[in-house]
Amino acid sequence: MKLKKILNIRISERVSFIILLVLLAVLISLPFFTPGQYFLRTATNIGIYAILALSLNITTGYCGQVSMGQAAFMAVGAYTFAILNTMHGVGFFPAAFVGCCVAGVAGFILGMPTLRLSGAYFVIATTGFSEVIKVIALNWKSMTNGALGIKNIGRPIVFGFELTNANGGQYYIMLLSLAAVIWISYAIKTSKFGRALNAIRNDELASNLMGVNTSSQKVLAFVISAMLAGYAGVLYASMTRYIEPNTFTTDMSTIILCIVIFGGMGSIRGMIIGALLLISFPEILRFMATYRFIVYGLILILMMRFRPQGMLGGVGDKPYKLPKGVKRKSYEQGGGVNGVT
Amino acid sequence: MALLEVSALSKNFGGLIAVDAVGFEVYEGEIVSLIGPNGAGKTTIFNLLTGVYKANKGHIVFDGKEITNKSTQDIVKAGIARTFQNLRLFKDMRVIENVLIGNHIHTKYRLFDLLFRTRRFRSAEALSAQRAIDILESIGLGDHIDDYADSMPYGVQRKLEIARAMATDAKLLLLDEPAAGMNASETKELLDFIKLQQKNGYTILLIEHDMNLVMNISDRVYVLDYGKLIASGTPEEIANDPRVVEAYLGKEEDDDEDA
Repeated sequence: MKLKKILNIRISERVSFIILLVLLAVLISLPFFTPGQYFLRTATNIGIYAILALSLNITTGYCGQVSMGQAAFMAVGAYTFAILNTMHGVGFFPAAFVGCCVAGVAGFILGMPTLRLSGAYFVIATTGFSEVIKVIALNWKSMTNGALGIKNIGRPIVFGFELTNANGGQYYIMLLSLAAVIWISYAIKTSKFGRALNAIRNDELASNLMGVNTSSQKVLAFVISAMLAGYAGVLYASMTRYIEPNTFTTDMSTIILCIVIFGGMGSIRGMIIGALLLISFPEILRFMATYRFIVYGLILILMMRFRPQGMLGGVGDKPYKLPKGVKRKSYEQGGGVNGVT
Repeated sequence: MALLEVSALSKNFGGLIAVDAVGFEVYEGEIVSLIGPNGAGKTTIFNLLTGVYKANKGHIVFDGKEITNKSTQDIVKAGIARTFQNLRLFKDMRVIENVLIGNHIHTKYRLFDLLFRTRRFRSAEALSAQRAIDILESIGLGDHIDDYADSMPYGVQRKLEIARAMATDAKLLLLDEPAAGMNASETKELLDFIKLQQKNGYTILLIEHDMNLVMNISDRVYVLDYGKLIASGTPEEIANDPRVVEAYLGKEEDDDEDA
């Protein structure tokens, strides 16, 4: 009986590993089999939204602070990048780095005073911040070119080779970035930082009384979230090569939040599947693209009614993964191994 | 010298004086109980001791250091940890994760370490997990580390909250009504459990309404009423003190109080 159980676990782990490999192979070879550029662009777009959802997942999923400011941080990153790139001729990578950092600073400035707010008040504050960023982008004409937006934003160039949508370069940049963001999300989730964020979501006072510096942890999570959103903004700007104030609206923040809720707060895989479904959905049903917000609203309502934890959110039944070298007395005596490392 | 020395501690909320010039000591290795009718200011004292509220007057000295009005984090680091009257576990986290949060301040690495999984990260995480498991096994929850806190029976959740406080490496545990909602056999088990922790070197200050538990467990008892300390002494002295009897049973209007 016990042996069978162990075998079962091993097989299912192996199967999931094989599935992962196949998925990776498909993702990497996608540009060679695509029916056209439109398809690849949609795929890149989905990836960027997955990065955005993962970034919001850190504040909203792990820490429980619902933010509506993700598009604004994206705008900060995208504008910083675009201004440096088009007006000062800074290359993609250094400009992207600065874009990230400026978005992070914006996150810090917004986070310091507002993270004391809870629930709906925080949502309102972040929504307000989005509007402020939009107004700045619209009116600071010498920098942002106002409503006309910024054109001819540069693409990444690696060893003299320009990464475009046609040669699949942008898709690969997105894929690499997505992998990095998945790693960051995973690394945070499985550390004392991620645990502290989870604890804050559960009970902030109790976390405080266990010695967790809740305000600094919340601000740090918010800054990381803003930096990643800023980076997604950079990717977006270099993909579309044109940004204007209306690119980054509250609607965009809503979509990102929808992905997080739909995918399942706190889940990493959920963010990717959520982005895949919710972003490809209006592309597939192009004839009703204008009504997609109705569909989003409907999805959210149905989700709250039938599966409030989202598709992949909520608690799992896998055993807790202990770090290497940790001994459990009860297991040594009982003789069971049960896949605990 | 006492491990915890509280002198002339006062706290008022607007016009209401919740704690009025209260002073007491807890010596190392003792179990001290704080009792009194509902609203006497017991939990307020816990909140003052742990930094949730700021005192208006008075001093709290712990382990030779002044900790009055320090931040909650500093007080935990100094060695005081508490449990709550109404359980405040991290419900959708696992049992071991709850205990690991208790050990948060002793798990030392930086953001860089966690992103790059440095050796420092791995050894600190392993150390922390081992400590959590040792604590859980020592209190008989070794088989439940994977379970979610919310899914545990009530009595176990109470124990888990104590385990979480122990994981902070506290010297002094503040237990706020640990026996609340427990039946007689669970209370008996809790009594043995707390006594065992005393033997293991913990000093315990507890708030409790269950007189049976208080009388059996305490080395000394302090009695509060309307924010004032009205009596102190051994359990026997307290039980025979007319002021205490009056505070609990004295007047007709007080009859419905939960004693």
